[in-house]
Amino acid sequence: MITISEIPKEEYLKPCTAACAGCSSSLCLRYVLKAAGPDTVLVIPACCTSVIQGMYPNTSFNVPVYNIAFAAAAACASGMSRAFRSEGKKTNVIVYAGDGGTVDIGIQALSGAFERGTDFLYICYDNEAYGNTGMQRSGSTPLGALTTTTPAGKTEYKKDLDRIVAAHNPPYMATASSAYPLDLYKKVKKALSIEGPKFIHIMAPCPPGWRYDSDRTIEIGKLAVKTGMWVLWEREHGNLTVSGPSKGAMARPQPIDEYIKAQGRFKAATPEIINELQQTVTKNLERIRKEAEGIC
Amino acid sequence: MLTIATGNKAVAAAVKEAKPSVVAAYPITPQTEIIEQIAQYVSSGEADMEYIPVESEHSAMAACIGAAVTGVRTFTATSSHGLLYMHEMLHWAAGARLPIVMANVNRALGPGWNTWAEHTDAFSQRDTGWLQVFVGTVQEAYDATLMAFRIAEDERVLLPVMVNLDGFSLSHIMQSLETVEVGDFIPPNRLPHAIDIENPMGYGPMTGPADYFRFRWDIERSMRDSRTVIQETEAAFAEQFGRKYGPTEDYRCEDADVVVVSMGTLGKEAEVAVDLLREEGVKAGSMRLRWFRPFPDLDLKGREVVVIDRDYSFGYGGVVAASIRAKTGVECYNVIAGLGGQEVTYDDIAGFVRERRIGEEHWFGVNE
Ligand SMILES: Cc1ncc(C[n+]2csc(CCOP(=O)(O)OP(=O)(O)O)c2C)c(N)n1
Ligand code: SF4
Repeated sequence: MITISEIPKEEYLKPCTAACAGCSSSLCLRYVLKAAGPDTVLVIPACCTSVIQGMYPNTSFNVPVYNIAFAAAAACASGMSRAFRSEGKKTNVIVYAGDGGTVDIGIQALSGAFERGTDFLYICYDNEAYGNTGMQRSGSTPLGALTTTTPAGKTEYKKDLDRIVAAHNPPYMATASSAYPLDLYKKVKKALSIEGPKFIHIMAPCPPGWRYDSDRTIEIGKLAVKTGMWVLWEREHGNLTVSGPSKGAMARPQPIDEYIKAQGRFKAATPEIINELQQTVTKNLERIRKEAEGIC
Repeated sequence: MLTIATGNKAVAAAVKEAKPSVVAAYPITPQTEIIEQIAQYVSSGEADMEYIPVESEHSAMAACIGAAVTGVRTFTATSSHGLLYMHEMLHWAAGARLPIVMANVNRALGPGWNTWAEHTDAFSQRDTGWLQVFVGTVQEAYDATLMAFRIAEDERVLLPVMVNLDGFSLSHIMQSLETVEVGDFIPPNRLPHAIDIENPMGYGPMTGPADYFRFRWDIERSMRDSRTVIQETEAAFAEQFGRKYGPTEDYRCEDADVVVVSMGTLGKEAEVAVDLLREEGVKAGSMRLRWFRPFPDLDLKGREVVVIDRDYSFGYGGVVAASIRAKTGVECYNVIAGLGGQEVTYDDIAGFVRERRIGEEHWFGVNE
């Protein structure tokens, strides 16, 4: 068991980032880099992270960061990973991409890189919208949420990224949350100890996007887990285990209402939509429970 | 070693000789043979490189970019729609100053689908910051590919290079090929800005107007310097391997009153036309443009010029003719010919010269 005191003191994300106040994705990145250590190259497509690093010639990162076009992160990492292999180097290649760059424009490159068995870690921090360009809908935006391109609330469901990635049978995939950094830290460490394509999907609440006060980031993240809106698990070589913080929620999930009410982005959601969201959560929990019990 | 090969096989053989560490590519007709041959070299152990069979051309170039930035040598090949699909990443490769080498087998663009030769694919990537060379023979496809690595990786250049060869009329034509052992002709790739874990930096982050502008100027400065590097490389190649190349290939131009300017295989066809015209007493010459970027200085003053464009910029004119007019101030007779693989023989080219109307544009076989 790793405890919080064992997390390295080294900072690879310096306190000078250009992130919004209360940005959970930059918080996660801090732990990701602590887990990965200095022998790491970060590949980032266009997303909030490209802003967070600051303006040339400065950088808020203490590892090399390669910026690449929106659709190209996984492919770029594929080339980089193979180049390091050709030089006999073990350097960690980590993609840190938003949900838009993952579920929408980048899905083809992601699929290709996973299918080819690229040795890398792909992390999608999911703020459920296009943050960089000012909060437009993405394929990962949940039903009912307001964004600048769904001003009356999104009419489609959130794309199930995890099932898409799972279809590629990676040796390791996991979900994580910015509200549980220790869990995230352990997962990154484990992922990087495994050869091949690894995937971690982080729920990353975003104050301006989700329309809540920036001091509530951790609270919102915890509510997502407690209500079962977000389930923490890991799947190693196909075997799913529910992670500690989600175990309680799996047994007794809180109704999603509190999570929904805490955010301005759901303010137009009708009782029907909330009911719809609740049913999806219930079904999803059931599916995960069965898979964890080996019934699938 | 003397052998016979197609243009595609010649490119693949040159790539094997240049020993890139990473090749990432996606198949498209008529380029496919290049990457099949490279895959074959890798699987048989004849070449020691990482071959990445990517899922698209956008990814092929992205993978080359990701590999190149670690400081290793990279190569890819494409054609037509593949090249267009890469467009965003072509700008990225040049902007990131990565010496990637790519063979582009020139092919028309749909619709309608057409897999035969045309230069519009390459010309539509004109402003991406890539050096572009066009070859006319199988031997030249081989030689130019080898030279491309040395030129691209030279510290004064550090820009990607595109080697263009005509679809089918060169990619699939068999000619004799003399392969070489490059030895130290291509020095080891030393990328000054390769990723260095000990000295972490941000690559390609947000950049304000002043720095961005300076970066653009740096690209242009290197483009200008590349003229010298190309010249040195071609001279070194001639000395070491005995085959001479320059920005243009001139044939009987010295005393010519009328010069045919063209590119790729049509340039070789034009040489035969010149011989024919000379027999008729017309003092003709052929100037085959090899380098399109950087665009060479052409000495055409005082001659009548017939430019054959295997391309077209809609609403404007032939791209080569427009470039020549702008760069030299010399008017020309602009023949648009060979689009989508249209057959253009030396007889046809002799005809263009006989019927030249300087200042006019003519679509061969279409608007007669
Ligand atoms: C080809 C292309 N289309 C559009 C854009 C504009 N763009 C930059 S970032 C972005 C959205 C990123 O959203 P996401 O991946 O969810 O990351 P976030 O910004 O939320 O961190 C868009 C649309 C682009 N850079 N490239
Ligand atoms: S928009 Fe959201 S994800 Fe992006 S930097 Fe701000 S808080 Fe972070």
